[in-house]
Amino acid sequence: MLNLEKRPTPSQKWAYMTPVLAVLGTMIVGGVLFAALGKDPVVAIRTIFWDPLFGEFAFYYRPQLLVKGGPLILIAIGLSLGFRAGIWNIGAEGQYIIGAICGAGAGLAFYPLDAWYIFPLMILCGALGGMLWAMIPALLKVKFGTNEILVSLMLVYVAEQLLASMSLGLLKNPDGMGFPGSRNLKDYPAAFNDEIIAGSGMHWGVVFAFIAVIFAYVLLNRHMLGYQIRLTGQAPRAARFAGVNPARLILFCLGTSGMLAGLAGMFEVSGPSGQVSIDFNTGYGFTAIIVAFLGRLHPVGILLAGLLMALTYIGGEIAQGQLGLPGAAIQLLQGMLLFFLLAVDLLTNFRIRLARKGAA
Amino acid sequence: MTATLLSINGLTKAYPGVIANDDVSFDILQGEVHALLGENGAGKSTLVKMIYGLVKPDSGHMVLNGAPYAPPEPRAARASGVAMVFQHFSLFDALNVAENIALGMESPPKMGDLATRIRKVSEAYGLPLDPFRTVGDLSAGERQRVEIIRCLLQDPKLLIMDEPTSVLTPQEVEILFQTLRKLSAEGTAILYISHKLEEIRSLCDNATILRLGKNVGTCIPRDTTARDMAEMMVGDTLMTPKSAGREFGPVLLEVSNLSMKSPGAFGTSLKDLNMAVRQGEVLGIGGVAGNGQDELLLALSGEILTPSEAIKLDGAAIGHLGPNQRRRLGLLAAPEERLGHAAAPDMSLTENAMLTGAVRQGLERRGFLNWSKARDFAEDIIAKFDVRTPGAGNAARSLSGGNLQKFVIGREVLQTPRVLVVNQPTWGVDAAAAAAIRQALLDLAAGSTAVVVISQDLDELMEISDHFAALNEGRLSATRVAAELTIDEIGLMMGGAHGMEVAHG
Repeated sequence: MLNLEKRPTPSQKWAYMTPVLAVLGTMIVGGVLFAALGKDPVVAIRTIFWDPLFGEFAFYYRPQLLVKGGPLILIAIGLSLGFRAGIWNIGAEGQYIIGAICGAGAGLAFYPLDAWYIFPLMILCGALGGMLWAMIPALLKVKFGTNEILVSLMLVYVAEQLLASMSLGLLKNPDGMGFPGSRNLKDYPAAFNDEIIAGSGMHWGVVFAFIAVIFAYVLLNRHMLGYQIRLTGQAPRAARFAGVNPARLILFCLGTSGMLAGLAGMFEVSGPSGQVSIDFNTGYGFTAIIVAFLGRLHPVGILLAGLLMALTYIGGEIAQGQLGLPGAAIQLLQGMLLFFLLAVDLLTNFRIRLARKGAA
Repeated sequence: MTATLLSINGLTKAYPGVIANDDVSFDILQGEVHALLGENGAGKSTLVKMIYGLVKPDSGHMVLNGAPYAPPEPRAARASGVAMVFQHFSLFDALNVAENIALGMESPPKMGDLATRIRKVSEAYGLPLDPFRTVGDLSAGERQRVEIIRCLLQDPKLLIMDEPTSVLTPQEVEILFQTLRKLSAEGTAILYISHKLEEIRSLCDNATILRLGKNVGTCIPRDTTARDMAEMMVGDTLMTPKSAGREFGPVLLEVSNLSMKSPGAFGTSLKDLNMAVRQGEVLGIGGVAGNGQDELLLALSGEILTPSEAIKLDGAAIGHLGPNQRRRLGLLAAPEERLGHAAAPDMSLTENAMLTGAVRQGLERRGFLNWSKARDFAEDIIAKFDVRTPGAGNAARSLSGGNLQKFVIGREVLQTPRVLVVNQPTWGVDAAAAAAIRQALLDLAAGSTAVVVISQDLDELMEISDHFAALNEGRLSATRVAAELTIDEIGLMMGGAHGMEVAHG
């Protein structure tokens, strides 16, 4: 029989190895799954993990990696701060939507004025919108002890209704001939979040994602607030003893994650998506939860995990198109990734021993 | 009384890195009270867990009443007539006594019948207990009665008791001992685990002494001095901490009319506490566990805020200040719970040095942390307090209890506090480390710090305190000069027998 035995000190080696093992495990079991669906597993895995990077049309897919990875990383960095402290913001999707509405709304209010300050103002409004949306569960938790998981999740649905109402009402394109959705910001240069280097996929949101990674790294490793976040997550009573103010920490963690999610939404609506529409949100806010954990809640890990998750998105689309794999199979693959990570994760804190037969 | 009840032959149990029991053999006779002595970590708990079926031995065997005995689980042990009262109670606060007892039974009888049986057994053994009282309202001594009665209902042949008196006042200990003597006279053998030597001398017929997992000898406690037994346990001659005669300075810490609601549902609220500690003084605060010790520490450390005038440091009101503001002023604290409260288990010692050291040691500048300075501080603690660890980068949870306790106490002592408050400074620590910690506290007092020691170990308090007060149900007794107190007086300050009438005829 196998026995699990707690390690006195978590293994550093395994902490770095588990994500790699999880990816390998996902590839193997995913391959079996694809084989069961009647596809060649090697081709399927190659299509998903290899072709977007090095295949024939990689020049087209590589920029997509940044376009899809940017918002995931930005949101996941924010979430990871809270998750480290045991504060569970599950509603990043809602904050993402509100950030998009506020950001796009601020830009469209000035249409068709052409001024340098419009785009910075949109960034500010997007960040503020996301932050305020996240402050609702934060304040309710601090004041009344409500559960932030439920409140933040419920607010996603409220935000979705708001999004629908905005695309049909207040923000609807007056020249859109009755179709739902706002003006396309691609046609409004002062508000358009264009690629910084043409053809690279690098827009301002990606830049902000990289800044967020560095910011989070410094915060967690070098700053008192980051230390308090880690301490609160690991030992809440010790945190209280160390003088941590739990209410302040809740406001900071939820506020920051909401702000980053709002930013991601704003950069998305003003760039790749272009307009506020009913189906604007595509689940980045939820996928970012997986990215945060896949990246071990570590800023650099999240950077890599975000790119990996973006890869499965893009590769998944190619596989759907070229091999006719069902979309659900791709989602299964993504879920498997988190599942394997959590399973293999045990190895960091535990070691496996073959149990001897008990003598007695 | 001479027949062997349980014979233990060559029991060995190894955990990674440590041999908890190494070829331990001894016999328990029918109806005797047999003491199992040893320091913390000597392997007492592992041994009784093997007898009770919680742990399987690697090798060796046991014989119970002439038949081979190898319980795969506690249920089998209970069926064979072996019962155990644990040091930490496993009772549900929100349920009543009878419900708690029913939960531990294979096929509980009807509540009414059970209550009748509980009453009968409790009266027969001088342990009166109302089956319908809520456990959350019971004192520690009464909770222990629940555990004992739960065992007695099984009609055991061997009753194992793990450190039963650590939660009792001296008066409650006397009641317990009468019960145990009565049980023993009726033929029930008792395996009594303790490191309190005077108790063992007054209660036990035989003693087996463990050291580092080995059986290092047996003795008849009545004919052996406590000092001799202690030295058998430690394997060395004992050093007693010495306090130089000290002059007391002005009052540093003053608590007046402090009342505070407990943060926990079944905690003890503090009621109108008054005390004062002077420079150079060690104030010992005794009391049975759960009478407000944790709450008092929280109030003094600043984890729970109180009206500002209730706590004064150097005459300035500080009740409204949080932990770090108090640290800045020189009031430091070390809580009882090492893992999770005084230290974060998964963080390194360097990170744990940061936990309380950031303010006074200058490990933080405008929010940014100086990790190399924190590591130096951690290494300083490790060197000065003889903390056994490969280095400051190791996680707190990888240290043994005693070593971590030395680290936790050392962390506060090295910050040169003006007032230091410690709760259970030597709980679960071996004798040598305990002596070192007590010495450090005395040295601190000699260096003109005011020290408050909250402890449930009366021997410890008598050894190092200048003044003594006791907590009882959230109230603090008047402060007395420690050297003038008798054990009886101390017991009464701790609440006497907590209203548990003695029913021994």
